Amino acid sequence: MTKAGDKSCINLKLKVWRQKGSDVKGRFETYEARNVSTDMSFLEMLDVVNEEMILSGKDPIAFDHDCREGICGTCGAMVNGRAHGPEKGTTLCQLHMRHFSNGDTVVIEPWRSRAFKVVKDLVVDRSAFDKIIQAGGYISVNVGGAPDGNAIPVPQEVAEKAMDAAACIGCGACVAACPNASAMLFTGAKISQFALLPQGLPEAKKRALAMVGKMDELGFGNCANETECEKECPKEISIENIARMNREFLKAGFL
Amino acid sequence: MQLDSKIPDGPLTEKWDRHRFELKLVNPANKRKFKIIVVGTGLAGGSASASLAELGYNVKTFCIQDSPRRAHSIAAQGGINAAKNYQNDGDSIWRLFYDTVKGGDFRSREANVYRLAQVSNNIIDQCVAQGVPFAREYGGQLANRSFGGAQVSRTFYARGQTGQQLLLGAYGSLSRQIAAGNVRLFTRREMLDLVVIDGKARGIIVRNLVSGELEKYAADAVVLASGGYGNAFYLSTMAMGSNVSAAFASYKKGAFFANPCFTQIHPTCIPVHSTYQSKLTLMSESLRNDGRVWVPKNPGDKRPPNQIPEAERDYYLEEKYPGFGNLVPRDVASRSAKVQCDMGKGVGDTKLAVYLDFKDAIKRDGRDVIAMKYGNLFQMYEKITAENPYETPMMIYPAVHYTMGGLWVDYNLMSTIPGLFVLGEANFSDHGANRLGASALMQGLADGYFITPYTIGGYLAQASLEKIDENHKEFDASFLKVEARIKKLLSIEGKRTADDFHRELGHILWEYCGMERKDEGLLKAKELIADLREKFWENVLVGGSGQEFNQSLERAGLVADFLDIGEVMVIDALARKESCGCHFNEAFQTEENEALRDDENFCHVSAWEYKGESCDPAFHKEPLEFENVKLTQRSYK
Repeated sequence: MTKAGDKSCINLKLKVWRQKGSDVKGRFETYEARNVSTDMSFLEMLDVVNEEMILSGKDPIAFDHDCREGICGTCGAMVNGRAHGPEKGTTLCQLHMRHFSNGDTVVIEPWRSRAFKVVKDLVVDRSAFDKIIQAGGYISVNVGGAPDGNAIPVPQEVAEKAMDAAACIGCGACVAACPNASAMLFTGAKISQFALLPQGLPEAKKRALAMVGKMDELGFGNCANETECEKECPKEISIENIARMNREFLKAGFL
Repeated sequence: MQLDSKIPDGPLTEKWDRHRFELKLVNPANKRKFKIIVVGTGLAGGSASASLAELGYNVKTFCIQDSPRRAHSIAAQGGINAAKNYQNDGDSIWRLFYDTVKGGDFRSREANVYRLAQVSNNIIDQCVAQGVPFAREYGGQLANRSFGGAQVSRTFYARGQTGQQLLLGAYGSLSRQIAAGNVRLFTRREMLDLVVIDGKARGIIVRNLVSGELEKYAADAVVLASGGYGNAFYLSTMAMGSNVSAAFASYKKGAFFANPCFTQIHPTCIPVHSTYQSKLTLMSESLRNDGRVWVPKNPGDKRPPNQIPEAERDYYLEEKYPGFGNLVPRDVASRSAKVQCDMGKGVGDTKLAVYLDFKDAIKRDGRDVIAMKYGNLFQMYEKITAENPYETPMMIYPAVHYTMGGLWVDYNLMSTIPGLFVLGEANFSDHGANRLGASALMQGLADGYFITPYTIGGYLAQASLEKIDENHKEFDASFLKVEARIKKLLSIEGKRTADDFHRELGHILWEYCGMERKDEGLLKAKELIADLREKFWENVLVGGSGQEFNQSLERAGLVADFLDIGEVMVIDALARKESCGCHFNEAFQTEENEALRDDENFCHVSAWEYKGESCDPAFHKEPLEFENVKLTQRSYK
């Protein structure tokens, strides 16, 4: 283990948003994080701070996390104003402390959006995303009658494009990064995946109308082409998907 | 109690069809009246919830995460097997069945594995229909790649995110049923007890992780799909929230635990680097298609890998297993890496790593082709280690990845408690003593889409179920027991955190119940764990209250149950006086250091029955009968 004074060890000041629950006011609290090894992930750094807080009888910082390998989409926070921190294409759990310098002040806040209520500290309620998917983010096929997998050929470039869109992990960084708290990148990615694939075509219109309608109803804002979502998306989902969603939505409305 | 696996009679290839015919059906109009609880929303739980709801059952689904899309199936990278034989390379249902039984070192049930191979093809069809963006060839056909333990190419994949895409497919189907009102979804709920009434599983007690309140839910059957217990080792590739609590609570209520010592240690993970590390990251086994595993020939060679000439590299897997080379099964690859490191040939700072080198593949296929196959994995590796695997060989080392052991189930996937069905990694059924790569996804989805929807119907159609609700006294009893445990955890106010205990437990299990086991080590581990558990209940510090969002309390409950299962794992390992698959007891090995089975005395499933807090569990045996496969010494040469 690294020791203080090592080059690979830094001290930080953390300004962390603390909020007991969704209906109480929150505030920033300052903590010292000492002897942080630069090989640690950001969440491991928080683990160490929390261990100390538990031992000194304080309430540890609540934060969501699970797989810690950048795929489950559970973790996420604003770090110095950036969703998932400063590294491009990286979730918070995959952000390592080598990207910070000794003496840095690090401001950590939860996702901020009307549709994502704070549960506690950095933990937010993202069930609105589930509701958007429930509105139509699937292909209606029961188990049982599927034809052979090779019965529907899908050109490789189409499959790859669909996969680019399907790579979304539903973390909510796009909403947090957007000045309008829009969920269009999230919604557009799912609509795109199915609009691209032949299996998705029968329900394409219904899907686009229902998912966009639900997204608006849940209080997410509109896209104003700020492109912050694409910049901050840990899976680098392209805003092309928003354009495709708009096309699908318009098509569905006219035809 | 005599364990009855309920394997149907008749020839292997006809068992499942015949059984499906013989299972009683529930009238479509009556399905609505049956309430089914599903715990967990990974591949098994998500697919089961969706399928049962499609059939018309009244389903309540619970997950510990904030959304059903986040279950740890999502992290599976490499792929899913199916016996499609699209490559025309000699694959068949029989070959997938045979490879799986052999890969599991002949410690799984023939009938279950055959059924798994049979439905594997339906799974691919179902997932394609759901819009899972599998990799395709230029002509639009589905692409395949190779995985360990097989000489045919039968693995379907979606880049390095196959688990994610399959899970999102199941999540889509589940979401559709939620929207249709057939499934009620409960997120951020942790199952803390199983309610058993008149000997049957009739409900669960969960803690609402946001409010802290305990809630009661009654049903006619309970489906447990809560995953594996690999996190008992503290460091593993499992998600942080993966726990044994729901399975262990069921075990305490009478469900037998089968083969708990069968833990898969995956050969290609990013090595451990420090004590504060919270988890390990897997690098997909698919990398072994193109990566070559090696160590320096001379122990203690300190040169950087690129300066070690070919002649001084030991490609030990290719050398020892020319038939399968770098694609030997996981248990063999893992133990081989350990053997090399034990000889002092390990690399990196800790000397607990071997190289996985893509130099030759990049030379052969070009960087772009390699990037297309493994780009996201290379990127993940670079983020964690700050080294570029296109330039420098990856360093890898085995890590705990999967548990083949789990709650005992019969052919219907029902546990020893009637009405409690166990699916996916939470059961023990299909992988024997070692799971082959790309088979976990197959099993999870087979259980959820294609097996339980039939077998639950068979149970419900013939079970005489008394009408009960959450006011039944057994719900109160369970509720009070759970409440008392939470109060106890909070009241200890000791000096050590739950994670601190967990780390120590992990060390014990890794040291004594890991890749190599010895009787004396296991005996020591048993004592150490008992001692640690005692200390835990005297000295753990949780903080906060039970009536709020309290992650520290969640950790404490998780660790308490790992301390218990850890002991059962050790007891099971001690009882199995042979080596098989992942269970390698030093005293039982061939001259070539391979696992030496004892088919005469240990060709069975060990099932453990809970006997109370201060007693060892009772041993039960389910003999394994092989009628179609000849038991042989596994050879991958």
